[in-house]
Amino acid sequence: MRMIARRLFFYLVTAAVAVSLDFLIPRLIPGNPVDAILSRMQGVTVTPAIIHSLDLQFGVGTRASVWAQYTHYWNDVLHGNLGVSSGNAFAPVTEVIRTALPYTLGLVGVATAISFVTGTALGALVGWKRGSWLDNLLPAVTFFQAAPYFFLAFLAIDVFAITLGWFPSGLAHQSYDFPAFNWTYITDLLDHAVLPALTIVVASAAGWIVGMRNLMLTTMDEDYVLIAAAKGLSKSRVIWYAARNAILPSVSGFALAIGFIVSGSLLTEIVFSYPGLGSLLLQAVSNNDYALMQGLFLIITFAVLAANLIADFVYVFLDPRTRQEA
Amino acid sequence: MAVGIGIELDSGGAPVPGAVSPGTVPGRRRSLRLPRSPKMLAGLGLLAFFVLLAIIGPFVAPYSPDQIFANSPVPLPPSAAHWLGTTNLQQDVFSQLLVGGGDMLLVSFLAGVIATVLSVVVGVTAGYLGGWTDELLSMLANIFLVMPALPLLVILFGFLGKTGSNDLFLVGLIISVTGWAWGARVLRAQTLSMRNRDYIDSARIIGERQSRIIFREILPNLTPIVASSFLFTVLYAVGTYTAMAFLGLVNPDWNWGGMLFYAQGANAELTGYWWWFIPPGLAVALLGTALVLLNFGIDEFINPRLRAAGLTRRSGGGGRGRVRRVGRSQQFALTPVIRAGGLRAPATAASFGSESEVLP
Repeated sequence: MRMIARRLFFYLVTAAVAVSLDFLIPRLIPGNPVDAILSRMQGVTVTPAIIHSLDLQFGVGTRASVWAQYTHYWNDVLHGNLGVSSGNAFAPVTEVIRTALPYTLGLVGVATAISFVTGTALGALVGWKRGSWLDNLLPAVTFFQAAPYFFLAFLAIDVFAITLGWFPSGLAHQSYDFPAFNWTYITDLLDHAVLPALTIVVASAAGWIVGMRNLMLTTMDEDYVLIAAAKGLSKSRVIWYAARNAILPSVSGFALAIGFIVSGSLLTEIVFSYPGLGSLLLQAVSNNDYALMQGLFLIITFAVLAANLIADFVYVFLDPRTRQEA
Repeated sequence: MAVGIGIELDSGGAPVPGAVSPGTVPGRRRSLRLPRSPKMLAGLGLLAFFVLLAIIGPFVAPYSPDQIFANSPVPLPPSAAHWLGTTNLQQDVFSQLLVGGGDMLLVSFLAGVIATVLSVVVGVTAGYLGGWTDELLSMLANIFLVMPALPLLVILFGFLGKTGSNDLFLVGLIISVTGWAWGARVLRAQTLSMRNRDYIDSARIIGERQSRIIFREILPNLTPIVASSFLFTVLYAVGTYTAMAFLGLVNPDWNWGGMLFYAQGANAELTGYWWWFIPPGLAVALLGTALVLLNFGIDEFINPRLRAAGLTRRSGGGGRGRVRRVGRSQQFALTPVIRAGGLRAPATAASFGSESEVLP
């Protein structure tokens, strides 16, 4: 368990760095963010109170020391106060994010899980059958690995939603208001999630396939695999032994991949007008809604750290060596 | 075991689409090994094409990318006058495509260079010095690795505003800040393993200066990894720059991400204007593919086991069964040799490769 404790400490430090960056960036980059926000506020009555709170948030024209501002900022973050979103009639950022978060968690979470499982399995197979026709998969995989997620989203919409008409081209469900949680609603939700999820799976599985293939190639040369085969164990069992050992770096590599996948998925959401965090990000960008950008950065970072922690637990579960240390 | 598998498997005999040509000349053994891998050749060819496109694109573009040809909101499909059709503003897509590669390559290359320098400095310092320096630098690298880049870049470019994000150097710099950590981590690990090898120990005992040990003994042996991490960062920068332009955070006039930004804004994917969004997306994807292929080549170079797999597949052109087994046996011989080579002498990337090629 010492490993988990160490990782936990690291994630806490990372979270603290994220909060500090959130605080520092608006203060380090020249320019007045409050003016930029207000310039987008035509037609909305902006009270002096709002201007004052914006000034406070970005440290414009305050006489408080930077350290005092910093502790104040921490206090706000710890109390769940991430400021107000200028693009959403000055609603609290946490409220705005809360409505969108479940969509992203559901979509990206499920898609990432599917892509990890299928990608790893496929990669193990391709690695095992090296030199066979399965290697022909690699060029295609390379292409998907290199293509931007959102370009694949464009293609998916064009082919499956417009030309073939199999799935809806965007949004998360038919009507904007939240209907009863019944079967019609669930199927509708799934129907809308298929294409975005498929895009994320296809785009992100490539990395797992290549990674797992390379690890399989390395593992297959280990002596214990040779012995397993020499003992006459069935082929599937030998593959299983090799794959079990090859998967470990894949799991620890999850930490590095997840941030990349989340970034790609957010852009995919934008193309599908999926009402998750990605769409909020675009909205924040086009409105100069800095508080929302900062809030999204924090929430997304925290979510990624949580995903990492889960991966760590899985790793400890899979690899007995990490447990012996304690 | 591995031999057994090799014989059991039937390769089906399908031609490999990824292979550009069977022109793997087995002759020049002493030469640099890298370009002989078909993956490498395909990657180099593609990359050369894109570099050429970026340089001559603006000169051969039939029109100005901003030129508006008519006053109609409906994009026109490809025709003789407009090879890739027009946008909703009646601008020529083909010209935008030709012009759009330059900034992209420039920014990506710049970000790649800056990030690679950063990662070498941080990685080698951490790996060589060890101790608290290592702890701190590793933690810094890990923090940047775990933190999701996209929302961080959104804040950075968001606060920077439009004027700041038109500065290509600044854009490259910011992208590199989020992209150096991976290389630093890999280089640190490799430096760590180098530091404890005999030839480094002997250099230290002879009394070589630390700077000489780092620059003359360690760094040359890191060349393939530095190259790989450079390509990786360029790939990352291509994707990131495209994404930033697609979000409207950096100037979209004219790069491929910007074309997608306008296409998305006009719902081109919903109305079937494929000629508008497929060319730029495909260009980004192919440029990325070129970089991934090159990286594959370097990976196979660094890890001989992967290369052996490549050899087997590739050498299937002639008598398949026989050559395949040769590939296998080579693979067994290669592994210890390359390790010994790395231990024995501080070799450059080129001699490193040729040595392993000759000795078995």
